[in-house]
Amino acid sequence: MQVPAPVEYERATSVDDAIAKLERYGPEARLIAGGHSLIPMMKLRLARPEVLIDINDLTDLAYIKREGDELRIGAMARHRDLLESHVAFEYYPIFRDAEEVIADPVVRNRGTIGGSICQADPSEDLSAAFAAVKADMVIQSSSGERIVPNPEFHRGPYTTAVGDGEMLTEVRVAIRPGCGSAYEKVERRVGDWAVTAVGACIQLDGDTITEVGIGLAAVSAQHFRSAGAEDILRGGPATEEQFAAAAAAAAEGCNPSSDQRGPADYKRHLARVLTLRALRRATARARGQEA
Amino acid sequence: MTVTQEPETNPIGFGRMQRKEDARFVRGQGNYIDDIVLPGMLHGAILRSPYAHARIKSIDTTAAEAHPKVKAVITGALLETLGLAWIPSLSADVVAVLATDKVRFQGQEVAFVVAEDRYSARDALELIDVDYEPLPAVVDAKRSLDPDAPIIRDDIEGKTNNHIFDWDAGNKEETDAAFAKADVVVTEEMLYPRVHPAPMETCGQISDMNKVTGKLTIWCTTQAPHAHRTIYALVAGLPEHQIRVVSPDIGGGFGNKVGIYPGYVLTVVGSIVTGKPVKWVEDRSENLMSTSFARDYHMHGEIAATSEGKILALRTKTLADHGAFNNTAQPTKYPAGFFHIFTGSYDLEAAYCEVTGVYTNKAPGGVAYACSFRVTEASYLVERLVDCLADELKMDPAELRLKNFIQPEQFPYTCKTGWEYDSGDYPRAMRLAMDIAGYEQLRAEQVEKRARGELMGIGISFFTETVGAGPRKHMDILGLGMADGAEVRVHPTGKAVVRLSVQTQGQGHETTFAQIVAQELGIPPLDIDVVHGDTDNTPFGLGTYGSRSTPVSGAAVAIATRRVRDKARLIAATMLEVSPDDLEWEKGKWFVKGDPSTAKTIQEIALAAHGSMELPEGVEGHLDGSCVYDPPNLTYPFGAYICVVDIDPETLQVKVRRFIAVDDCGPRINPMIVEGQVHGGLADGVGMALMEVIAFDEDGNCLGGSFMDYLLPTSMECPSWELGETVTPSPHHPLGVKGVGESATVGSPAAIVNAVLDAIGVRHADMPLTSAQVWRATEGRPFRTDLAIE
Repeated sequence: MQVPAPVEYERATSVDDAIAKLERYGPEARLIAGGHSLIPMMKLRLARPEVLIDINDLTDLAYIKREGDELRIGAMARHRDLLESHVAFEYYPIFRDAEEVIADPVVRNRGTIGGSICQADPSEDLSAAFAAVKADMVIQSSSGERIVPNPEFHRGPYTTAVGDGEMLTEVRVAIRPGCGSAYEKVERRVGDWAVTAVGACIQLDGDTITEVGIGLAAVSAQHFRSAGAEDILRGGPATEEQFAAAAAAAAEGCNPSSDQRGPADYKRHLARVLTLRALRRATARARGQEA
Repeated sequence: MTVTQEPETNPIGFGRMQRKEDARFVRGQGNYIDDIVLPGMLHGAILRSPYAHARIKSIDTTAAEAHPKVKAVITGALLETLGLAWIPSLSADVVAVLATDKVRFQGQEVAFVVAEDRYSARDALELIDVDYEPLPAVVDAKRSLDPDAPIIRDDIEGKTNNHIFDWDAGNKEETDAAFAKADVVVTEEMLYPRVHPAPMETCGQISDMNKVTGKLTIWCTTQAPHAHRTIYALVAGLPEHQIRVVSPDIGGGFGNKVGIYPGYVLTVVGSIVTGKPVKWVEDRSENLMSTSFARDYHMHGEIAATSEGKILALRTKTLADHGAFNNTAQPTKYPAGFFHIFTGSYDLEAAYCEVTGVYTNKAPGGVAYACSFRVTEASYLVERLVDCLADELKMDPAELRLKNFIQPEQFPYTCKTGWEYDSGDYPRAMRLAMDIAGYEQLRAEQVEKRARGELMGIGISFFTETVGAGPRKHMDILGLGMADGAEVRVHPTGKAVVRLSVQTQGQGHETTFAQIVAQELGIPPLDIDVVHGDTDNTPFGLGTYGSRSTPVSGAAVAIATRRVRDKARLIAATMLEVSPDDLEWEKGKWFVKGDPSTAKTIQEIALAAHGSMELPEGVEGHLDGSCVYDPPNLTYPFGAYICVVDIDPETLQVKVRRFIAVDDCGPRINPMIVEGQVHGGLADGVGMALMEVIAFDEDGNCLGGSFMDYLLPTSMECPSWELGETVTPSPHHPLGVKGVGESATVGSPAAIVNAVLDAIGVRHADMPLTSAQVWRATEGRPFRTDLAIE
């Protein structure tokens, strides 16, 4: 019977209160927001926190807004908020692409953006999307706030830069003129984790790619990213030949392992196909040819 | 007397009407095992083996017993003292209730904790210390008979291998001769992988042993309450009249809830030990990892034909993986179920079927998931082989099938493995499916798309089922004949009750059986109560599986109701002061021939039967009838299915664009219920063909133990089903009906697989055809889907 081990429960009233509680209870305490990863792991007793600190009352972190030249996403924004956000879609359609294929409506109604990326599952879609758009992560502790650029946020499977007594509060993405983005995913069935997924973000000046980000999920790409593919494209023309070369580099540079979602060779094949598709769509969007 | 006013849409008899039971289901007022709470009830939890194969060196339960809320800890050693550590299986084997010597599959039951609440029971499991000595495991059926394979069943004296049985059907020599003269022989290795019925409600039981009265009351998720009661009486030596088995609402069964699981027995023992009612409800992983799976057939299939495409013969040598215990549920005579109906819908010269059953370090089972006792595997095998032959001959698969069907005038048709097909008109159903599909246009579209590099496939499956088991002289389960009883009683005011041995799990019995009585007696279905699922209140019978409820119990109810009608005639004759011979029946009343206004309604007759009127000689009063129906033959529903898929040429993801299903199950009692059954089965087919599988790694770890790993299809993977019907009544069933519960599950997987392989131009690849497997198939390197993907 799947029931969690005994656990204490506290409800945080503010970010400061949540951090104070994290400090008080130490490393065996866990924040819980949507709970869509943590609760199943607790029921299987793979996770056994001693204290749960519920942060669902921190609704002031549930925003998605433009501030200056940045898109700011509060850690407590739900997947559904991001899916339906006009401002996010205006600058980064990649988020809607990704959210449409994350889990199912029930999970999206409750699961949070902060929870997803702090869970840092190697197959997590938003981690790849944020890698593609080179988001910065805002982490708060009792000593203040620090900003961690995306590549440094992920330290490996299920591990992030968020330390003891800290919580992620916000994701920031620079708004870039002439930018287009897209997300492509292959899953075994709707709602499943990715077999492979690729996000791409392209910034164009005329036909020249001035900046590019390529994020990959589920294929053990370092920091969810293909720096090699990005290097091929940056500063060059936005052509099919360049995209094909970048897609090949993305496939070459990742390190998928075989599991019941598929053999490694298929995942690598998908990394190439999906990188190409994501680049094409991101470019079309940058050129205003596709919504 | 009142007759409940019904909307015009509610027929008095057969026809489309909403299900009577749905009012409570859609309001959340169903009553399932886990809804039942008894005073003082305790809760059980099972400690399961983390190993697929290990010797148990010791079990220390001291700490668990010291848990303040734990009332009992039961181990195999305690069960041995009660003679209950092992119980008979459904297939001439034994099953461990709790492991004593060894664990033989991951998830096997090792200890049972009874506590005041389910949380404490679960916590206490962690306090049990089991010392295991891990042993090498064998999970690949193809390696199970290797000389160096570990011996799984060393509990069986003298056992030196993992062999269970060899069984064959058909004529080997005639088949060999037909193959020898054939122009074309096509051979293929096919796996029907291990899948799981995964009912929405998992299995569970509450047992309440009253020490004062000695009565044991059981509430159980069972498709076969009477069989359970008799088995408890036979195995545990409990007096049968002191056992009551209640099946409340059941949230899906699909064959998963036929047998007696260790957890069930443990609640009985738990209640005897503690003197309190004990509830146990398994979780999703327990259900997927330990209860009856389905299929796991490694089939070597061969088809022989002339160069013109006349199929001569079929041959198969099949390896059946039964897991750690042989516990498949099927009639005793047939260790491979009805697999030998792999002759399908074709007129053959010869056929020969050989099956070898083996043990592996996997959960026991094999007959489940709407398989009609292995017709699923048989139908898949023959329908794949016919497509392979079409590919070899470069013939259209529809044309090849039409050329080889058993023709309508050949029925009753005895096939080469001994089945007597009762009725059928296969070409008609096939042509109707092709018309609905627009088959010629689809093929033209496919040619155009291929020229553009697009992948589109059209797959056909034509299945013949054999259901409604079965004639007592041929069929029994653990010695119990497969005949079922029914009782119909009309109350004084003209309402009625019908009591059934079979048990609904969502099929709509409360409506269908009321409609049968309504059809035969003219009492509105809403005036008829259907009682089932309680051994104290229903006649004996073997329960619901193998699409047998309507073929067997439906016949029993029809005949019992006709007996009521015959009795009503005698009473009506007395009431009208005429001879019974002068009366004629019109639905709902007996009237005087030639004078329809002189009549007595069934309601008037019912009151008279219970009143003070002097009854005719030999009529005892009241208005009731009963029947035990021993089917003279099985019934043979059939259908023509056509599937259209589109496949992404780069990612190889499969999209089922259309699915056309023409079913012939004889007359439809409630077409809406039939369509619902077909819809569900077609979704099953999408699941099995494209995503469902329980694989194991080489250490015997189950790789399909949760819904994250074991994928069920959703509405997003299913097209809008396109249904059609033909009606060929069964000549030997009183209503002509044939059963339909499993038809679509049996028939649909082959259509989808055939469509996918047609699209990519590959002869064969095993299910599930995930995009990874389809990609590998196009590369000529399909993988073993039953093992860990490497």
